[in-house]
Amino acid sequence: MYNSPFLRQKASVRRVMVTVLVAMLPAIAVQVWLFGIGLLLQLAIASAVALACEAGMLALRRRPVARALGDGSALVTAWLIAVCLPPLLPWWMIVLGTAFAIVIGKHLYGGLGQNPFNPAMLAYCVLIVSFPALMSQWPGLHGGDAAAQLHWIAGGERTLDAMTGATPLDALRTGLHGGGEVASVMQSAAVGPAFGHVAGAGWEWVALAWAAGGLLLLAMRIITWHIPVAFLGTLAAIAGLASAIDGAHFAGPAFHLLAGGSMLGAFFIATDPVSGATTPRGKLIFAAGIALIAWLIRSFGAYPDGIAFAVLLMNICVPLIDQKTQPPVFGHKLGKPDGGAK
Amino acid sequence: MIQALLVMAGLALALGAALGAASVIFRTQGDPLVDKIDAILPQTQCGQCGFPGCKPYATAIAGGEADINQCPPGGDEGVRKLADLLGREFKPLNAEHGVEKPKSVAFIDEATCIGCTLCIQACPVDAIVGAAKQMHTIVAGLCTGCELCIAPCPADCITMEPVRETVESWKWRYPVFELKVEPPVTAPAREAA
Amino acid sequence: MLPRLFSFNGGVKPDPNKGDSTREPIARLPLPPQLVVPLHQHIGGTPRPLVGVGERVLRGQRVGGADGNVSSAVHAPTSGRVIAVESRLMPHASGLSAPAIVIEPDGEDRHVEREAFDWHAASPGEVRDFLRDAGVVGLGGAVFPSHLKLNPGKAGHTDTLVLNGAECEPFITCDDMLMRTEPEGILRGALIMKKMLAARQVLVGIEDNKPEAAAALKAAAAALGDTSLEVVVVPTRYPAGGAKQLIRVLTGIEVPHGSRSTDYGVQCFNVATSLAVFQALEQGEPLIRRIVTVAGNVERPRNFEVAIGTPIGFVFAHAGLKPDTDKLIMGGPMMGMPLPGVDAPVVKATNCLLASSAALFPPPEPELPCIRCGECARACPADLQPFELYWHSRSRNFGRAQEYHLFDCIECGCCAYVCPSHIPLVDYYRYAKSEIWARERDKDAADSARERFEFRNWRAEREKEEKAARLAARSAAKPAAAPAATDGAAPTADAAVDPKKALIEAAMARAKAQKEAVAAKNTAEPDAAQQAQIDEADARRARAAATPDSERTE
Repeated sequence: MYNSPFLRQKASVRRVMVTVLVAMLPAIAVQVWLFGIGLLLQLAIASAVALACEAGMLALRRRPVARALGDGSALVTAWLIAVCLPPLLPWWMIVLGTAFAIVIGKHLYGGLGQNPFNPAMLAYCVLIVSFPALMSQWPGLHGGDAAAQLHWIAGGERTLDAMTGATPLDALRTGLHGGGEVASVMQSAAVGPAFGHVAGAGWEWVALAWAAGGLLLLAMRIITWHIPVAFLGTLAAIAGLASAIDGAHFAGPAFHLLAGGSMLGAFFIATDPVSGATTPRGKLIFAAGIALIAWLIRSFGAYPDGIAFAVLLMNICVPLIDQKTQPPVFGHKLGKPDGGAK
Repeated sequence: MIQALLVMAGLALALGAALGAASVIFRTQGDPLVDKIDAILPQTQCGQCGFPGCKPYATAIAGGEADINQCPPGGDEGVRKLADLLGREFKPLNAEHGVEKPKSVAFIDEATCIGCTLCIQACPVDAIVGAAKQMHTIVAGLCTGCELCIAPCPADCITMEPVRETVESWKWRYPVFELKVEPPVTAPAREAA
Repeated sequence: MLPRLFSFNGGVKPDPNKGDSTREPIARLPLPPQLVVPLHQHIGGTPRPLVGVGERVLRGQRVGGADGNVSSAVHAPTSGRVIAVESRLMPHASGLSAPAIVIEPDGEDRHVEREAFDWHAASPGEVRDFLRDAGVVGLGGAVFPSHLKLNPGKAGHTDTLVLNGAECEPFITCDDMLMRTEPEGILRGALIMKKMLAARQVLVGIEDNKPEAAAALKAAAAALGDTSLEVVVVPTRYPAGGAKQLIRVLTGIEVPHGSRSTDYGVQCFNVATSLAVFQALEQGEPLIRRIVTVAGNVERPRNFEVAIGTPIGFVFAHAGLKPDTDKLIMGGPMMGMPLPGVDAPVVKATNCLLASSAALFPPPEPELPCIRCGECARACPADLQPFELYWHSRSRNFGRAQEYHLFDCIECGCCAYVCPSHIPLVDYYRYAKSEIWARERDKDAADSARERFEFRNWRAEREKEEKAARLAARSAAKPAAAPAATDGAAPTADAAVDPKKALIEAAMARAKAQKEAVAAKNTAEPDAAQQAQIDEADARRARAAATPDSERTE
C-alpha cells in the first residue's frame, strides 16, 4: 500500500548522475587533447575500482547491490577523482584514491547521501598529503606519446622533466618563492606556454570546457546558480583586490579563475549536494568560504591548488551554515502583507 | 606577592558573593528533577512500582531509592526516556512489577454492580461516578487503566477493556523503508522452517 | 482594472488530465438502495444522532446534531427509514469504522418542511447557527465548518473574500463543472458571505485552464451588476488552489500557519461551499448532495451530483469501472487517499473518486537514499526544507521536525512528486504529525490524571483532618465510643461481625437474585457449570475479603 501523491515526475538519481557525467565530457575531451590519452586509462581504472568497491560495500552492508549501483553516484566520484589527478600517476595511486573515497569517504559514513565530506576531494587530499611529489607532476602540453604515458601509468621508471611540466599555479608559486614577480613569472617558460593564450593550447581551455559543462548542469536544473556564482565571484573579487594592492606578488582574477581547478570546483565539486550547503543563502556562504580558503592556500600555502582542502574545510561548516540560513517559511517572512513580486 | 594574594582573595570574595546572590535570586521552588521525572511517568497512579502513585515514585527515583524500570504502564519507552533524562543505562522493565500491556480502561458491568462505592474509593483519579446503592460507571476518557478498582469490587463486575483505535486516534504508520535487504534465507533453513 | 497578481514559490505542473470528465454535463446519480450517512464528516466534534432505528426520516431532516459550536450537523439526503445506527466503514486511510446512520430510501424523496429563515433580518450569530445546523462545511476537501469562518473577527470587517475556483489538482473537475452550471448561485452565496464578513471585495480565483468556468462567472457577475465581484484568472500551477497559496496569488498576503486569515483581512471559501451557503440560506436546502468527479480508470469519466452517503461502489458502477483497476482513491492524485473498500460512502469531503491502474498511476519505484539535491525545497509551496523534515521525521526526532516547521506543511505532495530518490516524503510527514498529535493527547491525558490524583489526595487529606477533628471533639464528650471506631477499621475475615460487610453481602444477594431474574429469560435454570462458576466467584470473593489491602495490588 502506498499513499499520495500517486503522480510522480520522471526523475531519478540515475538521471541526475548521468547528466553530470555527460557534462564532464567536454572537459575530459580537452584534457585528453592537451595532456594525452593517459586520462582515459585513469578514468577506466577509477570507474572499475569505484564500482567494485561500491558493490563490495553494498553487499557487506546488506543493501540491494544492483539498485544502488545503478544510481551512478560511484561513477561520478570516480570520474571526478580521475580528472583532478595528474593523468600520469601510477595506476595503484588511482586505485588507492578511489577505494579510499568510496570505502572510507562514502560507505563508512552510511553510503550515498550520508557522507559529510566530498569523497573525490577526500581522495585528492589523501593522495597529495601522502605523495606530494607525484601529485605535482602534470604532463607538459601535448607531452609524450601514448606508449610512454601508458608505461608511466603502469608503474614504469619515471624520468622526471622528460615529459612533465608544472601547472601554471605551481610555476607561479615556485617563481614567486624564487623572488620573481607575477609579471615576469607569467612570461617565463613554465607558465607562458601553458597559460594565457586563449586562442592557443593552454590550461584556460580546460577551464572553459568545465565552465561549458557547468552551464549544461545549470540549464538542466541539476545545480543552481548560487554556488558557481558565489565561488567565482568571491575568487575574482579577492584576487582582484589583492593584485590591485600588490600586483607584483598576487596574480589577477583572470589567472585565478582560469587556472587550476577553479571552474571544475565551481561547477562540479562545490555543487555536490550531499556534502554541500543546501539553503540558498547557505550555498552563497559555503561557496564564498571555499573561494576564500582556496585563494589563501594558493597564495600562501605549500600545495599546488587549494580547492580540495577548501572544500573539505567548508564541508565541516555545512551543518552550521544550513541551520543558520534556513529560509523563512511561508507566512513567517518579515514585513508580511504585500511585498510580493509579479 | 601581597598584591597577587590580594587580587586572588578579592576575586574569590567577589565570585563567592556572586554565587551566593545567584543562589538566592535563582532559587528553585521544589525539586525540579522530581517534576521532570514525574512528567515522563504516565500518571496511571497504579502503584505497580511499589509506591502510592507516580509522584512518590518520581521522588524515590530522584532520591536514588527506586530504579527506573519499575513502571509497567510507561513501558520500555518510558524507561528509555528516564534513562536519557538521568544519564543512566537503559534496562528492560523489571518483571517483578508487572509487564507492559496495551492501554485498557475499566468497564463496569452495570447489571452486576451493587453500588457499594468501594471502587470509587479505590480509583486514584476520580474516574468513577456513582453513589451508594446506585449503579456506578466509569468515565472512559478519565480512566488511566490502573486496575486498582478490580480487587476491591465484591461483585467482580469490573473488567478491563482494551482501548480500540478510532478514526480520530488512528496514527499513520512509519513508512516502510526498504533500503536494507534481509539476509537471504538459505534453502536448508527454509526447509527446516 | 486588471488586478496585480502575486505568486508563491515552488509548485509543480503535472498534466491536468481534466478533459475527459468535462465533456459531459453533470449528471444526477440515482439513489442507491442504502445510504450510509456518517455522523462525523467535518473538522470538529462528532454530531449526536437524533434519530433511532426504524424511524422514518424526510429529505433534509437533521439526523445528527452539532456537538458544540465547533461541529456541524448532518441530514438525511432523502426520505426513507433508518435501518441502523452503527459503525460503518469510513472513506478514511485507516480503514476503520465510525458511527453512521443507515437509511433505506423509500423512493418518494419527500422533503421535510422547510424552515423559513430570513437571513437578512437575522443577526450574524443566528445566521452562523443556521449554517451550522444546515451542515455547511468547506467542500474543497478540508471540510472545516463554514460558519466558524464567517466571522469578521476582532476588526469587525475584512478586506477581501476569496472564492476558490482554482481547482489545481489533476483529474478533479467538480468545481469547474459547478462554476459552468451554477455561476449565479455561487456568486449570490459569495455576496451573502461578503455581507457576513463585512468585506470590501470578492475575488474569484480560477486557473487559466478553465476558460469556460471563468467566462460563465464573468457573465454572471456582469448580470448581477455588483462591481465588488471580480473574477480573476490565475496561472495554472499546482497547488494554486491551496487556500493560502490562492490568497497569496490574489492579494499578496501570506497567512502563517496557525493564525486566522481574517486577522489578515482575508477569508477564503471554495466555490461549492459558496453555493451551499446560498442554497441553505435562500432555498432552505441543507448540505445533502455534492458534485463528485469520477475519473481515472473508468469507462465514462464524468461529474455526478451524488447524495451524501451513497456507497462509493454504487458511484463507480455508474461510471463503469475498468477491470484492471488496482485501487480506488478519494480526492485527486496529489493529495487523495486510497479507499479501504467500495462500501465506504461518499461524504462531504468527497470531491473526486479516482480509479487507479498500474498504467495510470504506476507504483512508486523503490526508495533510494536522499542526496539532498534540494529539488523538494524548490518545489515546496510553503517554503519549507522538505528533506530536513524527512530527515528528522525518519529518525523520529519530532522536536527537530517541529523546529523545521513540520506543521506548516500542507501535504500537497509537490516534494514527493519531484523527488529523484522516489522517497514517499509526505508519508513521513503524516507519520510524524500523527505521532506528535498522539503524544500531545497522551500528555494532556497524563496531566489531567495528575491533577485529579493530586486533588483526590488533597481531598483525602482534608477528610482525614476533618474526621480527626470530629473524633477529637466526640471523644472529649464521650470517651467510651473510641474503641469501637478503631476496631471497625481493622481488616477482619469474619464478614458477619462487620456491619458494613453484612450490608454488602445483602446487596450482593439482591444483585444475584436480580441477575438470575434476568438470566431466567434466556435459560430455564443455571446449569452445573454456571453454578460452579458462581460458587467459584463466591469463594474468590471470600478470599479477597480475607486478604489484607497491601497484598491486593494485582
